[in-house]
Amino acid sequence: MMEIGLNHYLVLSTILFAIGLIGVMKRRNLLLLFFATEILLNSVNIAFAAISHYYGDLTGQMFAFFVIAIAASEVAVGLGLLIVWHKRHSNIDLDTMSTMKG
Amino acid sequence: MFEAIAFYLFAFLTALMFFITVTTSQALHALTALAAGMIFISAFFFILGADFLGAVQIVVYSGAVMALYAFGMMFFDTTRDVKEKQGNKYIIAGLSIVSAILVVLIFAAPMVTDNITALYPMTEGVGNTQDVGMVLFTKYLVPFEVAAVMLLVAMVAGIVLAGKKMDASLTEMSEAEIEEINTRELS
Repeated sequence: MMEIGLNHYLVLSTILFAIGLIGVMKRRNLLLLFFATEILLNSVNIAFAAISHYYGDLTGQMFAFFVIAIAASEVAVGLGLLIVWHKRHSNIDLDTMSTMKG
Repeated sequence: MFEAIAFYLFAFLTALMFFITVTTSQALHALTALAAGMIFISAFFFILGADFLGAVQIVVYSGAVMALYAFGMMFFDTTRDVKEKQGNKYIIAGLSIVSAILVVLIFAAPMVTDNITALYPMTEGVGNTQDVGMVLFTKYLVPFEVAAVMLLVAMVAGIVLAGKKMDASLTEMSEAEIEEINTRELS
């Protein structure tokens, strides 16, 4: 209980990943969907850093860096697209984004 | 002892903040809770001895990404309450838990075997930042440069998408049209 091992961090990462997934499936506003995606990426980063620490290997930290870089560029492009969509349709709800109604 | 206290404290705080982020109906509350959660996550990196990763987490997430979201939210109407999807809650919770367990299995699967050797082991007597630098600029130099190019592409895409009159191309216009624009802006 008092000794924090790798399993503790993996369980924490699982919990945070579950919270993020609930957000992805529950949210309808696209901006809040982006927030949930950030939670997913961060929970995976914790798992990478923990494995890197407990195995004495730097590869996990390297992957965490690249995950952060990808998250930053995703935000830049995603917010740009979101602004363009909001200018044209003046809302960012997912339900209204179906142009091919079947 | 202190590690355990710090771990449980920050685990609780992070889970709470992210729970607020996914459940609140106010976009501003979600943004603030997410920023706080990012800071708390960097505490795990400091506990784990990944100092540079923790610093990068604070600078990039809480500094850059959150500022970008905050500026982006100025374009949207964030004062109204966010409407939620009406779905089956049990299906959502079940799917989330199953996928999360799958993720852990993906991580845990290589650990079952005993013959794991560190590919790039940490050097003794060297700080974490120096260690990261040595590995990043030797073994991971090409991915590092590719990530730099990707960030440049993302920056150009962000400017073009969010900027005004970016859909007008000077190379596709005739000389007369360019002259017309110039005279209109000068007058």
